[in-house]
Amino acid sequence: MSLQVEITHPLPGFEVNVAFEAPGGVTALFGQSGAGKTTVINAVAGLLRPQAGCIALAGEVLYDAQKRVNLPVHRRRLGYVFQDGRLFPHLSVRRNLTYGQRFAPQGATGPGLDEVADLLGLSTMLDRRPGALSGGEKQRVAFGRALLARPRMLLMDEPLAALDAARKDEILPYLERLRDQTGLPILYVSHSVAEVARLATTVVVLEAGRVVRAGPAEQVLSDPAMVRQFGLREAGAVLPAEIARHHADGLTELAISGGRLFLPQMDQPEGARTRVRILAHDVIVADRAPEGLSALNVLPGAVLSLREGQGPGMIVQIQCGTDRLLARITRRSAEALRLAPGRSVYAVIKTVSIARTDVAAR
Amino acid sequence: MTGWLGPEEWQAVALSLRVSLWAVGLSLPLSILAAYALARWDFRGKQLLNGVIHLPLILPPVVTGYLLLLGFGRRGPLGGVLEEVFGLVLAFRWTGAALAAALMAFPLTVRAIRLAIEAVDPKLEQAAATLGASRAWVFLTVTLPLILPGVIAGAVLGFAKAMGEFGATITFVSNIPGQTQTLPLAIYTFLQVPGGDGAALRLVAVSVAVAMAALTVSEVLARRAAKRVAGG
Repeated sequence: MSLQVEITHPLPGFEVNVAFEAPGGVTALFGQSGAGKTTVINAVAGLLRPQAGCIALAGEVLYDAQKRVNLPVHRRRLGYVFQDGRLFPHLSVRRNLTYGQRFAPQGATGPGLDEVADLLGLSTMLDRRPGALSGGEKQRVAFGRALLARPRMLLMDEPLAALDAARKDEILPYLERLRDQTGLPILYVSHSVAEVARLATTVVVLEAGRVVRAGPAEQVLSDPAMVRQFGLREAGAVLPAEIARHHADGLTELAISGGRLFLPQMDQPEGARTRVRILAHDVIVADRAPEGLSALNVLPGAVLSLREGQGPGMIVQIQCGTDRLLARITRRSAEALRLAPGRSVYAVIKTVSIARTDVAAR
Repeated sequence: MTGWLGPEEWQAVALSLRVSLWAVGLSLPLSILAAYALARWDFRGKQLLNGVIHLPLILPPVVTGYLLLLGFGRRGPLGGVLEEVFGLVLAFRWTGAALAAALMAFPLTVRAIRLAIEAVDPKLEQAAATLGASRAWVFLTVTLPLILPGVIAGAVLGFAKAMGEFGATITFVSNIPGQTQTLPLAIYTFLQVPGGDGAALRLVAVSVAVAMAALTVSEVLARRAAKRVAGG
C-alpha cells in the first residue's frame, strides 16, 4: 500500500510543488513552519483541492486534475488526526471513538473498540466527555477515533505539537504501538526532528514548497547535507539496534552493526529491536582508540565525508558498520586530526548523553 | 380553565396556540435551511435573500398583511394555485393566520439559528467528513446537535412573536371569532365593547402566563443542550 503524491498549488508568496511516494510504515513530512506541509496533507485528505497534479493510494486515484477526478473527503477513507484534536464536544469518548464505524464499508476490517481503547489506554474514560479530558488524553482519543473509522491510511498533522514535553513522552509510546501493531501506513507531518527520528521509516524534507530530500529515515537523518534543515543542535543519526543484554549495574547493552553501545537502562526485553538516535554534537572523534577515558562507547569507523558549515564547525559523516554516524566538531580539530574521506577514526559517545526519549521501539 | 374563561375567550386562546404551533413547526426546518445558507454558503443573491427574509421585521405589519392578501387571497396568484392544487384556502381562515404568524416570526428565528451556526467550528465538520460522514450526516450528527440551543431559542422567540402577531393577521385574515380571532385580536375586540375589560384582562393574564411558560421551558432545554455541547 503506497501513496503517490504529485501536486502543484499556489500559496501566498510561494508555490507548493511536490512529488513523493509514501510506502508503508511512517512517512514523515518534515519542514519548518510555512514549508507547505499542511497544504500537502490537506490535499491528500481532500480538504484542499490542489490546482494541478494527482494523488493516488494503492493505485486508486483520489485526485487527478487532468482527468477531473476528485474523490470527496468522506469517501477517501483516510483517518486524519489534527493538531487540535477536534473531538466532538457533544459526544462521549465512546461515541467519539465509534463515530466513524457506521460509515466504514461492510467488509472493512480493523481493531474493535475494546482493542483500540486498550492500545491507547482509554478503557477507563469511555463514558467521559471530551471537556473533562487532559490535552494528552484528548489526542489519544483522536488517534483512536481515526483508527476505528477503518481507514486505509492515517494522516497526522503535527499531532503532538500542542502538547508539552511530558505529554509528548506519554503519547509517543502509544504512537509506536499504533505503527507496529496496526500496520497502517501513516503520513506524519512534523517540524520536530526528535519525533521524526523516533517514529519515521521514510522521511520527506520540504523546504519552501519543494521536496529537497526523500528516502529511508536512517539515510536522510544521517545525511550531512540535511543538517541545515534539521538544525545544528538537532542533527544526528538514527541507528537500528537490538537489545543484547541488561547489565546488573543499570546499563543496557545494544548491538549495532558497527559494534556495541552501552546505554542507561532500557525497558524493552533482551532481543527486542529498537532504534537509537545519536546527536551529532554528542560524538567525539578520535584518530586512535582512546585510553583512560570515561566514555564507554568507542566505535571504530571510517570518515565518509566532511562538510563545512558557516561558523567554525563542521559535520563529519562516519561509516560505522553498515550505519552512518554524524559528528559535529570544530574545523580546527578536523585539521589537527587530518581528517579526510577514508581515514580510520573512532567515534566516542558518552552513555548518559543518550536520553531515554532518543531510544525508540524498533 | 373553561370555567374561568368564557367560551369565546377560550376559543381565542386555543386558536392562538394552534396558529403559533403550526407557524413555528412548519417554518422551523425552512428557518434552519435559510440560516445555514446565509451562514455557510456563498451564492449570488445572498444579500437579496437576507433582505427579503428580514423584510417583515422592518415593514409595517399592515403592509405585510396586505401583500399576503394580494398574493395569497383567493384571487391572488399563489392563493389560486394553492386552492386548485391542494384545496388549501388561506384567506380569512386560521391557516392564513398561521402563514402570517410564520412570516412575521421567520426573521427572528433565522437570526437566532444563524448566530448558532456561525459559532460552530467548521473544523469539527471537516473532522467528521474525514471519518466518512457525508454532508447530510455531518449536518445531522455534528452541526444540528451543536446548534440545538440556538434552534430552541429561535423557536421560542418565533413562538412568542406568533402568539403576539396582530397587524398582518387582522389585515390578511380579518377578525372572525373562532376562525381568525387570535389572542391579541380578541383582547383588542373586547376592549372595543363596553364591559369587555374583564375578559380582556383575563386574556392578558393568559398571554403573560403562556409567554413565561415558553421562556422557562426554552431556558431549561437550552441550558441542558448547551451543557451537552460544551462537553461537560
